[in-house]
Amino acid sequence: MTTMEETKAGSGSLFGFLDRERTVAKPGFNRWMVPPAALCVHLCIGQAYAFSVFNLPMTRLLGVSQSTPDDWKLTELGWIFSISMVILGISAALFGRWVEEGGPRRAMFTAGMCWASGFLISAFGIHIHNLWVIYFGYGIVGGCALGIGYISPVSTLMKWFPDRPGMATGMAIMGFGGGALVASPLSVWLMGKFATGSDVGVLKTFIVLGCAYFVFMMVGAAIVRVPAPGWKPKGYVAPSAATKMITKNDVFVYDAVKTPQFWLIWVVLFLNTTAGIGVLGQASAMSQEMFPGRITVVAAAGLVGLMSLFNMGGRFSWASVSDYIGRRNTYFVFMTLGFVLYITVPYAGGTGNVVLFVCCFLVIVSMYGGGFATVPAYLRDMFGTRYVGAIHGILLTAWSAAGIAGPVLINYIREYNVTHGVPKAQAYNTTMYIMAGLLVIGFICNYFVKAVDARYHMKAEGDVPADPRTAAARA
Amino acid sequence: MQNEAANTTHPFRVFLAWAFVGIPLLGGVFQTLLNAVKLFQ
Repeated sequence: MTTMEETKAGSGSLFGFLDRERTVAKPGFNRWMVPPAALCVHLCIGQAYAFSVFNLPMTRLLGVSQSTPDDWKLTELGWIFSISMVILGISAALFGRWVEEGGPRRAMFTAGMCWASGFLISAFGIHIHNLWVIYFGYGIVGGCALGIGYISPVSTLMKWFPDRPGMATGMAIMGFGGGALVASPLSVWLMGKFATGSDVGVLKTFIVLGCAYFVFMMVGAAIVRVPAPGWKPKGYVAPSAATKMITKNDVFVYDAVKTPQFWLIWVVLFLNTTAGIGVLGQASAMSQEMFPGRITVVAAAGLVGLMSLFNMGGRFSWASVSDYIGRRNTYFVFMTLGFVLYITVPYAGGTGNVVLFVCCFLVIVSMYGGGFATVPAYLRDMFGTRYVGAIHGILLTAWSAAGIAGPVLINYIREYNVTHGVPKAQAYNTTMYIMAGLLVIGFICNYFVKAVDARYHMKAEGDVPADPRTAAARA
Repeated sequence: MQNEAANTTHPFRVFLAWAFVGIPLLGGVFQTLLNAVKLFQ
């Protein structure tokens, strides 16, 4: 018993720095220190979107100048990203409550450890040339970092910015989009520096990235703070009564998933993401096939770069707009405008209007990013601030599901059309109409999102959930 | 009140924190814009 207590006390002093109590801000703390802390994490984990820059070099790890039969295939390497995305959703759902209750510093520290470990384990996998080690390292350990890191600053930011919750979370989630913009040129530059006649330079790049990301994320963990209980921004007057679509009550995480509102928002996010992710992943090939000879490989790469910027910018701008027009209305805009744009794409292709086509894609991808950035504030409006991080974690399973559905819809329907004699330039038309149809369903689901029934509200500061079945389950 | 004034975050710290994340982000945006220009060439 003494030994256990000593161990507990020892670990408490070692990791006490991570406790939520130690992160409570002192009076006079500037809340604008918190968004950079969140960005430290999101900019790092956003690297996941740029993982594809390693795919081709990793097919030449043994042959170096060209692939040998023992080298890994692109199809095998594609699974690394897919596994990490699936684990992102699962870990966000599993660890959401722990993240919420343990505080942002503990979560950011854990995410930093996992992210760095993921790179170092993968570097070891390259060293022994075992792809399963990389699936485990980047896919599973790194995937956990993605899930925990993604949700860790969300509720903290909303508590610091009760006057602008959409803008606050938009800033952090913008960082996730921006992470790829930083990681892609950085990784290419590092591989160029480390490449020799007998090495493509991926192993050393992984080690450097793992160490650099660790330092960056630890800075975020060190500067993050939670507001003291009852803290409010200067001059901010909280609405005296709850409005129709913004609650003043909290809903316990496991009660939230029993509400129709949670699943309606899940479907809305799933459909918005499915539509966007399909276009985002296939933009290069699609633009070249729809405008043969007019959009070249180089121009298509430029389009993809421009789309990354709109994806990032849309996260901040749409989430900020949602503070003024409301979350539900913002999603109505996504669904309505998205519908119009998706049915315009085949028209733009048919008339050869490249400018119209590019404009459609840029707005679509901005709304894809905007959907991610607006949803935490939507959840906060519906379920309160207390468990919003945990609820957001479970909602991210919609992202994982859309990550499978989006590309499958685009690729398989195109393939079906091409094999049935449809010209390549028109092979995507059916998919665009299907995407537009999905957004109609999303519009209907969003329409049915109403205020959460009072029976799901937590009664007081105490953590006794309103639903007696949940109380029994937790006892 | 005095305690609060003593604990007020110095604006330079806020600037440093934003520069720490802003510089790499702007670098990434700049690189991407350079690539995106190819769309219009």
